[in-house]
Amino acid sequence: MNLTLKIWRQKDSNAKGQMVDYKVTDISEHMSFLEMMDVLNEGLVAKGEEPVAFDHDCREGICGMCSLQINGEPHGPDRGITTCQLHMRMFNDGDTIVIEPWRAAAFPVIKDLIVDRTAFERIQQAGGYISVNTSGNTQDANAIPISKEAADKAMDAATCIGCGACVAACKNASAMLFTSAKVSQFALLPQGRVEATERVMNMVKQMDLEGFGNCTNTGACEVECPKGISLENIARMNREYLAASVAKS
Amino acid sequence: MSGLLKSSIARKVAMALSAFFLLIFLLLHFSVNFISVFSEDVFNEASHFMGTNPLIQFLMQPILIIGVVFHFVMGFVLEAKNKAARPVKYSKYSGSENASWMSRNMLVSGAVILAFLGLHFYDFWVHEITVKYVDGDMSGLILGTEHLRYYEEMHDKFADIWRVALYCISFVLLSLHLLHGFQSAFQSVGIRKFRNVIVKLGNIYAIVIPLGFIFIALYHHFTH
Repeated sequence: MNLTLKIWRQKDSNAKGQMVDYKVTDISEHMSFLEMMDVLNEGLVAKGEEPVAFDHDCREGICGMCSLQINGEPHGPDRGITTCQLHMRMFNDGDTIVIEPWRAAAFPVIKDLIVDRTAFERIQQAGGYISVNTSGNTQDANAIPISKEAADKAMDAATCIGCGACVAACKNASAMLFTSAKVSQFALLPQGRVEATERVMNMVKQMDLEGFGNCTNTGACEVECPKGISLENIARMNREYLAASVAKS
Repeated sequence: MSGLLKSSIARKVAMALSAFFLLIFLLLHFSVNFISVFSEDVFNEASHFMGTNPLIQFLMQPILIIGVVFHFVMGFVLEAKNKAARPVKYSKYSGSENASWMSRNMLVSGAVILAFLGLHFYDFWVHEITVKYVDGDMSGLILGTEHLRYYEEMHDKFADIWRVALYCISFVLLSLHLLHGFQSAFQSVGIRKFRNVIVKLGNIYAIVIPLGFIFIALYHHFTH
């Protein structure tokens, strides 16, 4: 198939970016979206032009590295997948595809389609962990009884790969789904309860400091999340935060 | 208040709590207004009670005004903060692919409701305050008669088709606002149990109450 690509090009974080049109030809419908981008870049390099910079790593939907707002949706028009799992069969011959970086004040553009997502890491560092002694005499995790339901929900929350699609999809650029997943995966387990109060307070504080928007419960994040993280996690984080606020006061 | 509402979650919860208060008020308002369709006398008595009871007038009314003002001001504050969170817009944004129109346009529906409240306050509240607290007439009676004035005043207001049209449009926007706002308020305070029931109840509330208000306006217009 032959396609027209409208791609955001930006030399560096300080430069003013713009949309640039490219043509790609003979694209196989079996290619992944990133392979199509590789074909584009090979052509650009052959012509002596600067290739389009975009994030990618595992290309198996696990690492959370690839991003891209494709035709107005994070990770493109398919559901429950990352950009690397998006196939060109989702498009038609002659289509024009608009490709942009995640847009958020907290995710500044580094170059072209690559954004700085270290804001997520700082939120994690603010409380997304448990403090345990790992010197060799750690208690066997299986010795602590945990209900199947709690274990399943904690695991569901822990599948968040931190790609940032939730922020990209949200009309408010809110990071509530990401933060709530990281809060929930610990809040649901006995090991996480010990530091639950500090964790939710500190992570929400860091989330606000990073400049993410407020959640208005549109649910766009849940729909676009490649791992199907549920809005239930946001409700849980709200409960955790309210309980922590009462406990602190 | 600014310190208390520094956190994004605290702001969400505050919005939800004011929404719960307004949902209860709206139900009460509708119940009293709906009486006018069945009984002029009972509506007059209920209105007179609401308009002269000190607890309602001097405690509930100020709380209601504060609640309304807070809900609107906080709505605009949140919108401004959310706009700042995405300074560079997408050249293509397919919001309709992953979220309902209602959820994405709460400010639009809210602004229409705010404009409607301006008209509604001018129509009824300003008149009530003038008669009772400026003119000092707490009797609730039509001048020179023994009849309470409330039904007749409301009945006359809806004689104007343009006013009825504006009210109907506003109630449609109110319905759209409530279709998202009702269940969203529960989510904001962390209530996920009985989610399906809450969503269904919210849909019923969001359709029945505004539709009922439209019916009342049309009833008084066509029976005038």
